[in-house]
Amino acid sequence: MNTAAGIAFQVLQSLLVVLAAPLLMGWVNQCRAWLQNRSAPPLLLPYYTLAKLFHKDAVLAHDASPLFRVTPYILFGCMWLAAGIVPVLATNLPFAPAADIVALVGVFALARVFSALAAMDIGTAFGGIGARREMLIGFLAEPAMLMTLFTAAFISGSTQLTTIVTTLAHREFAVYPSLAFAALAFLMVLLAENARIPIDNPATHLELTMVHEAMILEYSARHLALIEWAVAIKLFAYMTIGFAFFVPWGIAPAGHWAALPAAFVALAAKLAAAGAGLALLETLLAKLRLFLAPEFLSTAFLLGVLGMLIHFLVAG
Amino acid sequence: MPDSALTGSLGVALAWLAIAALCLVPARAAWFARRLAFPLGAAAGLALAVLGVEAVWSPAEQMTLPLGMPDLPFHLRIDPLAGFFLLLLGSVAAGISVYAAGFFRAEPAGRLALTGLQYHLFLASMAFVVLADDAYLFMVAWETMALSSYFLVTTDHDKPAIRGAGFLYLLIAHLGAIAVLLCFGVMHGGQGDYRFDALREAQLTPAWATVAFLLAFFGFGAKAGMIPLHAWLPEAHPAAPSPVSALLSGVMIKTAIYGMVRVIYDLIGGVRWEWGLVVLVVAAGTTLFGVLFALMQHDLKRLLAYHSVENIGIILLGLGLSMVFIGFGHPAAGVLGLIAALYHTLNHAVFKGLLFLGAGSILHSAGLRDLNHMGGLIRPMPRTAFYFLIGALAISALPPLNGFVSEWLTFQAALQAPLLAHGVVRSLVPLFAAVLALAGALTAMCFVKVFGVAFLGQPREARAAAGHDAGSLERLGMAWLAAGCFVLGLFPAFVLLMLNRVGASLTGSGLSAEALESNWLWLVPTAPQQASYSPLIFLLVIVGVTLVTFFLVRRFYHGRVRYAAPWDCGYPEQNARMQDTADAFGQPIRHVFEPAFLMHRRLPRPDDAAPRFELKVEDRHWVWLYLPVARLAAYLSLKIGLLQRGRISTYLLYSFVTLIALLVFAR
Repeated sequence: MNTAAGIAFQVLQSLLVVLAAPLLMGWVNQCRAWLQNRSAPPLLLPYYTLAKLFHKDAVLAHDASPLFRVTPYILFGCMWLAAGIVPVLATNLPFAPAADIVALVGVFALARVFSALAAMDIGTAFGGIGARREMLIGFLAEPAMLMTLFTAAFISGSTQLTTIVTTLAHREFAVYPSLAFAALAFLMVLLAENARIPIDNPATHLELTMVHEAMILEYSARHLALIEWAVAIKLFAYMTIGFAFFVPWGIAPAGHWAALPAAFVALAAKLAAAGAGLALLETLLAKLRLFLAPEFLSTAFLLGVLGMLIHFLVAG
Repeated sequence: MPDSALTGSLGVALAWLAIAALCLVPARAAWFARRLAFPLGAAAGLALAVLGVEAVWSPAEQMTLPLGMPDLPFHLRIDPLAGFFLLLLGSVAAGISVYAAGFFRAEPAGRLALTGLQYHLFLASMAFVVLADDAYLFMVAWETMALSSYFLVTTDHDKPAIRGAGFLYLLIAHLGAIAVLLCFGVMHGGQGDYRFDALREAQLTPAWATVAFLLAFFGFGAKAGMIPLHAWLPEAHPAAPSPVSALLSGVMIKTAIYGMVRVIYDLIGGVRWEWGLVVLVVAAGTTLFGVLFALMQHDLKRLLAYHSVENIGIILLGLGLSMVFIGFGHPAAGVLGLIAALYHTLNHAVFKGLLFLGAGSILHSAGLRDLNHMGGLIRPMPRTAFYFLIGALAISALPPLNGFVSEWLTFQAALQAPLLAHGVVRSLVPLFAAVLALAGALTAMCFVKVFGVAFLGQPREARAAAGHDAGSLERLGMAWLAAGCFVLGLFPAFVLLMLNRVGASLTGSGLSAEALESNWLWLVPTAPQQASYSPLIFLLVIVGVTLVTFFLVRRFYHGRVRYAAPWDCGYPEQNARMQDTADAFGQPIRHVFEPAFLMHRRLPRPDDAAPRFELKVEDRHWVWLYLPVARLAAYLSLKIGLLQRGRISTYLLYSFVTLIALLVFAR
């Protein structure tokens, strides 16, 4: 692989993730509407919303500090970095060694801390509640996420995403019981981290239950657009992390242009299925009371630990 | 520059002693102590840091001082391990001293002179702890350190609470010192030679080696603040003036880590994996205990002190992993754990120093320590807020700052678990990684609470709005430590190489050749295809994308802003007291981890005219350990007190009985 082709792949993948992320959101919303017997919004609605928000004047509270204004850009930057690291279309990207799975969890944590801080900046009651709840979910989800990732890391003997994906994609097909546990735990973490039902409801502004929406209540216009966009990229990145670990087949090595169309088709198919699956889950489940969230996430954590222990039992 | 790192370091330590003495010179309004002492101390600290780096890369040196007891001269030695801790001491003390130069400026002359004396004596004693090459000098320096820091802690000795905190500190410090003393006694086995060289050569049976290990671990652990010997730390560290708190939490408890590494790896040697498990279990408890109690605090300095307990736990996790791997015969993985522990030691010194200094500035300008009274401090003190934010992000182990690097290395060490031959230990080790992950995420929550409640939002009291930013010297001190957070976070490969040398000097082996070949941009602990991390690329991508996005948005859209009142949800009577307080922020933690705390709640009855809600969170250790021991000590003292009759004839009788008994034994 030469460097130019590697960088071309890197840029291509990052752009694809950033540009396609709102489409995934639109697809999930559409599927959910169909499942709930509503007439579906257009697939491209998230793009129209973003364009509308970018055109509006930003409204800031009188006391907003600089932190409040830079946070949307930082969130966007963090998510862009995540989009560059996760093997979405191709493995062995030139930027991929810059961060392994632990650092990837770190990127998401960085974004979470900044959004929680920004939420507390204005000093309204909602911002504080949102930040507190978000950090509650975060501290429970983060270790669970690490445990599921460690299971995969132990199987492949590496925390490097590229190595993990290559090992898992080229192994002979066998059911790893440890991976099954990890996959279940990962799904639970994905729901929690992306503010989906049953932990949070992205479609509500009900004071008693909202988490993510409470944090961004004071944002408007271009700031809100960047945050919404970052949220979409985050969902996209999480889904592709899941693909990379649990259904890695079809991914192209960087620099192989010939493998790219197949990788693209595989990715589109996986995303369509995962988006529909997410909509189905959100339709079937009800939102949990906030204090049931710790139970939900500690279950995920224990499943992750269990997966890891099973790996050692089977391997040793 | 002196030709040897050892004479240079000795010179710095003596310079600190000289500054301490000069502070006492009674000039008008303590001119020296006010203007010169702290800047000179900072310069000496910088020199010590440079000498420390030199020592890491040089062969070990020894020296005998013409001082000490007759026939018992003091011995000094500098080797890579000592060099590393001198670097830590010098660089962090430099920043804190610059800050102290501004902070203590307005003190009354008498207090200032005493503070200057104790402060520099404290610094010099820590340097001698690291340089000592015989048990005798080590204990002298160790006790000088304990005493000088005791007097610093009780600077405000007119307050009874502070005297109590000082007493508790002195008590536990001496319990630890007794254990350390006994440990040296066990190691030397009655040869009468207390040089470290002699202790190194002494051959201990496994049982005695384990006794020595336990004594060293709990003896030094008492000074480090690990559970269950932590009770003094959250009392004593906040009681001291803020620069001293920064020194105590940043540097002094690290000398305990130095002592552990020196005694366990170097003097006892032959590390066993069972010892590692003991360390890991205590470390996991310490980590979780520290962070959970930190989340319960609303006094900023107390909160930071609890985080020191947590971070000592994280350091011990690295040490424990290292001992397990070395015990099972995997020195490369063992060195990785040791590197992670020492890296975190340095990182914690830098960011905890910075955070305590920030807390000091808040206390100085607004007179506030209680988070529940702060709020909106980012507006009157934006620069302090900026530095504090850096410290908060670093301690929360967020990339690309320094706290993340050492926790990442600890994770990498834990992920070497498949190497271990023992099935149970192999499955246990990753659980400690889980503890670390949980603690990291909880720390992030705690510092969102601290920064959000203190610096963001609306001021909860008029004092918070009326504060002013820190003075220029205070800011310089904080900027130095904040820069340290960036340098240690962005260029970890240099630190890794340095620590690899320290590890190699202690264990005789180092990281894999592949790990050492990678260039400075990449941090590679084992092999590039196993794990790598590049903080610089990480930062450049985030900053680059952030800037590009900003300019693209401006270019294609606009930067128009309107200002308005925050959205009040249709309820116009909102005020600053409706914001989340520090206690409110900790409420979910109280709910989730309820069994960890001893809580006394007093809830108002429905018909109370003036309803009051009271909640007190206490440490269970007091109930099952400290209070019973205190009661036992008081009971025994009473019984022994019966001997004291106050009549001379009784005492003569005691002497007589003793004499007879001795004659019987000596016959």
